[in-house]
Amino acid sequence: MIELRKVSKTFTLHNQGSAVIDVLTDVSLSVAPGECVALTGASGAGKSTLMRMIYGNYLSQAGELWIGDLDLTKAEPREIIALRRDVLGYVSQFLRVVPRVSTLDVVAEPLRAVGVSGADAGARAQELLHTLNIPERLWPLSPTTFSGGEQQRVNIARGFAHPYPAILLDEPTASLDAANREVVLGLIEAAKARGAAIIGIFHDEAARNRVCDREIDVSRFTTGLAA
Amino acid sequence: MTAMDQITSTATNPAQATPLLSVRELSKRYGSHIGCTDISFDLYPGEVMGIVGESGSGKSTLLNCMAGHIAPDTGQVIFETRADGPRDTVTMSEPERRMLGRTDWAFVHQHARDGLRMGVSAGGNVGERLMAVGARHYGDIRAQATDWLDRVEIDPARIDDRPTTFSGGMQQRLQIARNLVTGPRLVFMDEPTGGLDVSVQARLLDLVRGLVRDMGLSAIIVTHDLAVVRLLADRLMVMKSGRVVEAGLTDQVLDDPQHAYSQLLVSSVLQV
Repeated sequence: MIELRKVSKTFTLHNQGSAVIDVLTDVSLSVAPGECVALTGASGAGKSTLMRMIYGNYLSQAGELWIGDLDLTKAEPREIIALRRDVLGYVSQFLRVVPRVSTLDVVAEPLRAVGVSGADAGARAQELLHTLNIPERLWPLSPTTFSGGEQQRVNIARGFAHPYPAILLDEPTASLDAANREVVLGLIEAAKARGAAIIGIFHDEAARNRVCDREIDVSRFTTGLAA
Repeated sequence: MTAMDQITSTATNPAQATPLLSVRELSKRYGSHIGCTDISFDLYPGEVMGIVGESGSGKSTLLNCMAGHIAPDTGQVIFETRADGPRDTVTMSEPERRMLGRTDWAFVHQHARDGLRMGVSAGGNVGERLMAVGARHYGDIRAQATDWLDRVEIDPARIDDRPTTFSGGMQQRLQIARNLVTGPRLVFMDEPTGGLDVSVQARLLDLVRGLVRDMGLSAIIVTHDLAVVRLLADRLMVMKSGRVVEAGLTDQVLDDPQHAYSQLLVSSVLQV
């Protein structure tokens, strides 16, 4: 489902003496449907950079990066947008939302985008918010004023609303209490069971051991200054 | 199924459509000075493209060339018309281009007073564009105007008031209603939030975002505000000295800019 072939990433800082920083070189990996792979390595090893490359947020300088039948290194913006809408989900550590949009609509939006009716999307959003213990009185409010933990749970609800075939998870259990951590791990296991290919960054070692089938140490692709 | 749902469900899948607008090697000089040069891109149905760059980078010249307000020196602006398929709007006759400007195209000016008739009531401003495409039934026109004032969050009780009595944010929302009432397929926007205070900006952006999504509109938005493009645009073109120096997916260009000028632009934004 997700396959990287000799992908490399360098940053060229034109306004800082044109410094060239090699971050990742010749990354090759593949993740099959139903498999969960953890990216490991010390802080600065390039885990988040690799994750952002797989999401199409960072450009790769070399290699091929396939999600399903699309090579992100050659894709048009509209193809990446369609991929993110239908195929590739991403739960980041931070919620980025438009002011004035209610929590319920924030969570339902990915479903509305793929053509699910307002009623069905709303019902699924309610179910997820309920499972993730977001009090019902908060649903009509914008999550911009919520606590960090609440925002993260809203973000997770949004990320799991649509059954994406491929999912990227950046620290999904950070800053969650034990009960909610258990809910999130359950969601990940359910996504695996329905055949989603998952790549995750987990600093929570117990969580990683429970849901991940393999670990890939990113530092073996790391070269130069970022090491 | 409501009218809005119908519009949404007929919106074209951007992955497999033909371009709505194809710009080819568009150039405009002012004497020896370059306005914009060698601009080519395709815009697909439902896509929103942002054009960013500093003052004098040529982004407004480009927008006005595409919208037919300025005649380019060379190049083509090919629009997929409903009746006759792809047509070069640069070589089109003036009446045809004006008709396009009243029907399938809309232009939202930075200053609302450039896009509104200040001596005519709010309802008249919205109704005028409907009449220009043949609407004659007073009751229907007034009903549609009322509906659109409500959609852009202007109290329909203000329908008979002139825009001179409106705040800047309300004038801008009225301009948007006037432009969208005829169901255009392509909207050009020139700094739509320029000159508005931040709380009004957020409300306007939220509104525009909803309308673009629900109506399946394509839009080209010129702005120097990177927060505006991050919120509204699918893709981005960065201009400098009349040329496109970088283009791509909005979040990719903003988070991993490749060109020296884009890097400077992104790193110059003050954090709040």
